[in-house]
Amino acid sequence: MKKLTIALAACAVTAFTLSPLAANAATLDNVKKRGMLVCGVSTGLPGFSNPDSKNNWSGIDVDTCRAVAAAVLGDAQKVKFTPLTAKERFTALQSGEIDMLSRNTTWTHTRDTSLGINFAGVNYYDGQGFMVMKKLGVKSAKELNGASVCLQAGTTTELNLADYFREHGMKYSPITVDTSDQTIKGFEAGRCDILTSDQSQLYSLRTKLPDPNAAMVLPEIISKEPLGPVVRQGDDQWFNIVKWVLYAQINAEEMGVTSKNAEEMKSSKNPSIARLLGGDAGAKMGIGADWALQAIKQVGNYGEMFERNVGLNTPMKIARGVNALWNKGGIQYAPPVR
Amino acid sequence: MAEKEGPLTPSKPAPWNNPAVRSIAFQALAILAVGYFFYVIFQNTLTNMEKRGISTGFGFLTEPSGFGILMSLVDYSEASSYGRTFVVGLLNTLLISVLGIFFATLIGFTVGVARLSSNWLLAKIATVYIETLRNIPLLLQMFFWYFAVLAALPSPNKSIEWGGNFFLNNRGLYFPRPIFEDGSGFVGAAVVIAIAAIVLMAKWAHRRQETTGQQFHTVYVSIGILIGLPVLAYFAAGMPISLEYAALKGFNFQGGMRIIPELMALLWAISFYTAAFIAEIVRAGILAVSHGQTEAANALGLRPAPTLRLVVVPQALRVIIPPLTSQFLNLAKNSSLATAIGYPDLVAVFMGTTLNQTGQAVEIVAMTMAVYLAISLTISAFMNWYNKRKALVER
Repeated sequence: MKKLTIALAACAVTAFTLSPLAANAATLDNVKKRGMLVCGVSTGLPGFSNPDSKNNWSGIDVDTCRAVAAAVLGDAQKVKFTPLTAKERFTALQSGEIDMLSRNTTWTHTRDTSLGINFAGVNYYDGQGFMVMKKLGVKSAKELNGASVCLQAGTTTELNLADYFREHGMKYSPITVDTSDQTIKGFEAGRCDILTSDQSQLYSLRTKLPDPNAAMVLPEIISKEPLGPVVRQGDDQWFNIVKWVLYAQINAEEMGVTSKNAEEMKSSKNPSIARLLGGDAGAKMGIGADWALQAIKQVGNYGEMFERNVGLNTPMKIARGVNALWNKGGIQYAPPVR
Repeated sequence: MAEKEGPLTPSKPAPWNNPAVRSIAFQALAILAVGYFFYVIFQNTLTNMEKRGISTGFGFLTEPSGFGILMSLVDYSEASSYGRTFVVGLLNTLLISVLGIFFATLIGFTVGVARLSSNWLLAKIATVYIETLRNIPLLLQMFFWYFAVLAALPSPNKSIEWGGNFFLNNRGLYFPRPIFEDGSGFVGAAVVIAIAAIVLMAKWAHRRQETTGQQFHTVYVSIGILIGLPVLAYFAAGMPISLEYAALKGFNFQGGMRIIPELMALLWAISFYTAAFIAEIVRAGILAVSHGQTEAANALGLRPAPTLRLVVVPQALRVIIPPLTSQFLNLAKNSSLATAIGYPDLVAVFMGTTLNQTGQAVEIVAMTMAVYLAISLTISAFMNWYNKRKALVER
């Protein structure tokens, strides 16, 4: 009888401990306690998130993580990067394996509403394009009827491609693989005529070809791909932090605050700049008053981040275009810090 | 009636002291506890997912998928539902499993017998084959067949061609597709009749040999019937079947039928790999049959081929079948590696793309696991039935 009682008690204890976990565990507390931000990135995409031979990560998505680490922990180096394939990324975020996802991820309605995640802004406005070998003599995407297409599994690319070909009454056969590395290998081996992906990725992948000049990116852009950092739903504090660190970087560019002059701009007479670099904005989010100062000093404003990773002086050679500030012909716009 | 004095019956113990009652009670408790445990886990998962705003349920299966699939055995387009993508993936997985099991068994038996051959060269080639292929990881072999072989194939406009009907290039192997018109049902019926006739003839020939000892040329006559009857029906019905040839139009060949390179690479890799293991199982089975059996057969005047076929292999099968079943199960499960080279199997299409587009990981992973479990259990059940038939019948 005694054994039975113990067994029943054990069952009760199990049931108790297994009762629903608190859904919105405070990510900020975890990050502070750990002293380290865990950030999900790609498995290797030059310009966005790419490791070098010493496992130092660089790229615009990597810098987005570093800026958050600088704002929260005061040190942009306190980030642990977790490489994820397109298929793994949302599960890793949902399960709490990573604190934030910054992996050239497109903001869509389905993802925003049914995956239990929130998109915290846009750090790169992209669009899907096509890359072909020059020797094929194709000048426009409308000439691609019957082509074989290499693409990555688990992306919005698959859906846009199907829509585009259906809309134009053309046929295609998709060769769907797991990583962007495999798509470029298949393209190189001639398994497919076209490689399709977000246009920024096409430029990035082209640098991996033995002769990048043999391939060209077609002019058509067939979709809107706003890429940005993602956090779990149900933790508004953390959502605000990630969102506003990115906004702070965009505001900083607009106000002319850079990584070099941030320290002296702190005592600027312009009240907007003073509010951004000091003020009580940080306290309202539960982090230090120097949150934006650290992010900008250590990582830079949005423009610096862009030029350093994907700008005209990098192998990617991407012009600001639509990613310029709203008052300079682009659409990057951040709400004011006040 | 006088009461008979029986032996003393022990007094009935209390239920909680009765070993039978106790064992049942504890087993029932254990089942209840396990059941409750899984119920709690299940409920907990649902509650947590709901709290985090993750959608649940199987409603997504009827929504349109909106993406294309490279190869499909049934009608499929971007407008089809996610339920349809499940079917497409499932059929592609079944296709590779069935083809793989067929070729792996064929190659495995040949190599296994070859390794025991008295021909030195043949035996050594078989040994090298087995030791190489079973010691290289399957995934690497897949990449080898896919990338090494694909790179060697020409582009569509420089295809390797046989007689204008067959084309081989890095987009696949193209061959003519038969078009069935009115009246082709006769030809189909002729094939069925031919097969039935062959079965009946084989039975008759077997009985005749058992009673009279006279042999019949079953093989030649079977081939004659199998080809002759449908051909006769074909001409009698006014040639209702025509061929559609593949032709180069634009980027790729259009029309005809095509085997995609992903399927070829996967099939080769998986068949050659599993065949190496099957070959060893076959060798073990044959060696398990006492040499005296072979000598006895020789003494009766049987030539080596019938000795192998009629005396050695039937006895070896009893040893071969159980481990062979495991190899078949491995093959079916290994086919999920297809996703690495882009063959659209269930894991790639359903657990890959569909999962990502809908985000319903729990439902989709559960469905996929259930499918592999069902495939494996079916193979297992069939092989157990076959094993029972072949097992030693004690008289």
